[in-house]
Amino acid sequence: MDRPGLKYSARLVKSGLCEAGAPLFGIMEDGITWSGRIQEEHILEEVLNTLNFGSILFSPTAEPFRSITELLAGEAQPSGSIVPDDTETRTFLHEIPVISAFTPGEIITALKRRKGAIIPGRGIITAGPVTPEQAFVTFSSICFSCYVKFFSDYYYYTRGVKKLPDSAEKIAPQALKAYRSALKNISDFPSAKGPFTSDEAVYAAIVEAGRLTVSSGMVDSFFGNVSALFNDCIYITQTAASLDELEGCIDCCPLDNSSTCAITSSSEYSAHRALYNLTHRRTVLHGHPRFSVIMSLLCDRHECANRGRCHTACTAKRFINDIPVVPGEIGTGPLGLVRTMPAAMMGRGVIVHGHGLFTAGACDFTDAFTSLVDIERMCFEEYCRLVQF
Amino acid sequence: MPINFGRTGRVLLINATERSVSAIETGGDAATFFIGGRGMAGNFLRPFAHLPFDSPQMPLIFMTGPLTGTGAPCSEMLSVMSKSPLTRTVFQFSAGGTFGSELKKSGWDGIILTGKSTSPCGIIIKDSSVTFEQSRFIPEMDVSQRLAFFSTGSAAVTGPAAEYGVLFSSMIFSGDTQQSRGGLGLVMETKNIRYIHVRGSGSVSVHDLEKLTAAGEDILRLVSASPVLTGDHGFSRYGTAALFDLVNSRGMLPCLNFRKTCYDGTDPLNACAYDRLYGTVSYGCTGCDIHCGRRLADGRPVPEYNAMVHLSALTGNTSVERTLLASALCAEKGMDPVSAASTIACYMEITGKSPDECDIVKLLADIALSRGEGELLKSGSLRYAAAASRPELSMSVKGLELPAFDPRGAYGTALSYAVSTRGGCYSDACAISHEILRKPVATDRFTFSGKPRMIRLAEDARSAADSLTVCGNILFAASLEEYARALYAVTGTETTGHDLMLAGERINYNERIMNYICGFTSADDDLPARFFSDPGTPGAGISIPPLDRNKFLEARSTYYRIRGLSADGLPLEKKSLELGLSWTDPD
Repeated sequence: MDRPGLKYSARLVKSGLCEAGAPLFGIMEDGITWSGRIQEEHILEEVLNTLNFGSILFSPTAEPFRSITELLAGEAQPSGSIVPDDTETRTFLHEIPVISAFTPGEIITALKRRKGAIIPGRGIITAGPVTPEQAFVTFSSICFSCYVKFFSDYYYYTRGVKKLPDSAEKIAPQALKAYRSALKNISDFPSAKGPFTSDEAVYAAIVEAGRLTVSSGMVDSFFGNVSALFNDCIYITQTAASLDELEGCIDCCPLDNSSTCAITSSSEYSAHRALYNLTHRRTVLHGHPRFSVIMSLLCDRHECANRGRCHTACTAKRFINDIPVVPGEIGTGPLGLVRTMPAAMMGRGVIVHGHGLFTAGACDFTDAFTSLVDIERMCFEEYCRLVQF
Repeated sequence: MPINFGRTGRVLLINATERSVSAIETGGDAATFFIGGRGMAGNFLRPFAHLPFDSPQMPLIFMTGPLTGTGAPCSEMLSVMSKSPLTRTVFQFSAGGTFGSELKKSGWDGIILTGKSTSPCGIIIKDSSVTFEQSRFIPEMDVSQRLAFFSTGSAAVTGPAAEYGVLFSSMIFSGDTQQSRGGLGLVMETKNIRYIHVRGSGSVSVHDLEKLTAAGEDILRLVSASPVLTGDHGFSRYGTAALFDLVNSRGMLPCLNFRKTCYDGTDPLNACAYDRLYGTVSYGCTGCDIHCGRRLADGRPVPEYNAMVHLSALTGNTSVERTLLASALCAEKGMDPVSAASTIACYMEITGKSPDECDIVKLLADIALSRGEGELLKSGSLRYAAAASRPELSMSVKGLELPAFDPRGAYGTALSYAVSTRGGCYSDACAISHEILRKPVATDRFTFSGKPRMIRLAEDARSAADSLTVCGNILFAASLEEYARALYAVTGTETTGHDLMLAGERINYNERIMNYICGFTSADDDLPARFFSDPGTPGAGISIPPLDRNKFLEARSTYYRIRGLSADGLPLEKKSLELGLSWTDPD
């Protein structure tokens, strides 16, 4: 039998969030099984026994996430919380508690309220009430949200409108340098060429596009969504599908409304469908590249009446160079991105405020994926220019 | 006098024998321990659990939750609990509509109805005033005509099926979208109470309206992000019938009394067929933000998913129009279409009658009015099959007919059917959420591994949600983490999702104790033999083998350990006291 959480430990390491051997999963079925050992195992055992979750994940983070979470935790009040502005936090995490000591009581108090917490000096702890995957996703989301918040804060720091500890001056350049290198190293692009001529070709192209989106670092937690239009059907990734494991996780949704099988499809199915209706595109990619998200959060109109509600109420026509930035929440609600993103897709892509980047292709994923990477590179360089890196 | 934020602190006790009323003061530990709704109802029911359902002392309990009437999203449900005539277990269902908020605005957290009136009567509640009146209903009057008497406020009524002793008679509420299961309509009928009408003019106090608004926004954001609830193919667009295609594609759609698990007929029976043939619009319970109900353009309701499948594929009926007629008949006569259709499917298998030889609409009418073969079928499939010496052909658990998800295609669902305190029910643990709908994460549907704990935790969450009186569908999107913030805003008492889970565990265990008092053991926590011997229908590259009996029993044993029960599935004194529940050894 595999070590508990082995698959997700490997993912955390592969995506640079943790160092090899660091993640510790505890899985509770009849009893508790640990994926490894730490000195304070008894503390986590008490946490798991008290909270009765199916699993728990604790790990120190790798750089730059370690320095970033430490800095943000230091900025939160003792036993306070970090509240990033990105969509991931707003929708799913709500807030990230910071706990002051690695004790059962402190950890239990935090995890009774929220899905995960930062323990300064130690790492991040997250819960998986149903499966270890939940603990992994929350861990990854906390890292992503903290990263986005730090660089958003750092921008305002360089503008003199926000205070940060001096350590920010060391953390930011190092992290930017590392990310520039990562972006530069993206060299794999989709090989499946359109127009597609069979279902099998569509499935294979989506699987490849998903895998590349993950390997290039254009998503957090391995999530995003990918679709293609073929023979009056939208082939789209299922909700909560890991983009690097899409075999068997793609729904075929007929456009004639003869079937409701897409009930398990991505929460952005409606947006993809609207985009196909409005344009002549044949493929759509959606990821959460870090600096596309960060750049969408930056706005110098501090006196704006909609400040704090930019994600739904921003009325400005915003662009990052040629890329529009639109408001909109996940899904189909009255403030959903289905009402803003598709109509804005005139060029290479659209960024949804605090959320992520949508790109579309003419007949396969080559141009959509290239746009995804190019726009993220552009956003990154634009950010570096703004902070004079 | 301190303000009871979110609660009135008073429950109305009505004795139908004496036609007397009194008030019970509640609050303190009971409110924290049992939250409200299902939990509080179970607390009141426990001392009477040993009584038969038709004993005058058996209470029929209507209970609101702390969020009722506060404007918290999807929180207007009402918990109704008593002992089921069909299963003889403790039985709770959640009703939509405004009965709960009207009751609370009248100054009551709930109603405990006991006794038996000497003649059919109705009860009228207007704020603190409670009066009895001679029933306005004439015998066999349809439910829609009964509800039409009450143009203001909200009413709970029984239908003709209850008058004729149908064991799966529903209780119907103004503005609700479904017929209830379990036969509690018959419990009300045995008390000679045909309706309760309530109108309230007060308001519900909320501790911090701003925080409640923020908590509500968090919940609604998750609703909007949920493909199941509000996606293009979700419940808001097609009703719960949206599940038909997905479940069918997974080889889990029960056909012909669960002899097949995939509908491959040429006549479409899915949600889209109703839409295409008639045009449909959405509607929902009052205060609902999902609107999972669908109506045809001519006003007739589209049956909800389980009723739709059972009134068509399960009974071999391939006509959408006949499905609509059958559904409307169940609604007008006041009986549970799931149990009714499943009983007919069982009858067809035992008698060897083909779908062409059975007029399902006529059979349903015969059941409701106890005529002809309906007299045999009105007691449900288990009693009918036992009388025909074929008990194994009743597709039920504890006498409650199974819903429209074949357990061979999802092992957590199989386990949850077996161990649910109210019988063959998927909604107590809703394992289809992760096994089929991929929420909150996808799990392998063909394994029991990890499922016992998942089932236990989901049962606790659902028990807590039913006690908050939150709609079960909302749990496809939001969790107790978000509702704990709403509860905190309403009551002013700091509450976490974990606190609610603990209360949920207590509530579920209390029901286990009541079933134990009624004589239920592990022998009742089992599935029909068919699921361990016959494979499901293969298709789409997937074979669906019979459930492995040994693995099922192993998973059930693990569930018992995790739930704190004995190896025989019985509650334990130590665990009971640990949860703060009183202990009465039935021996």
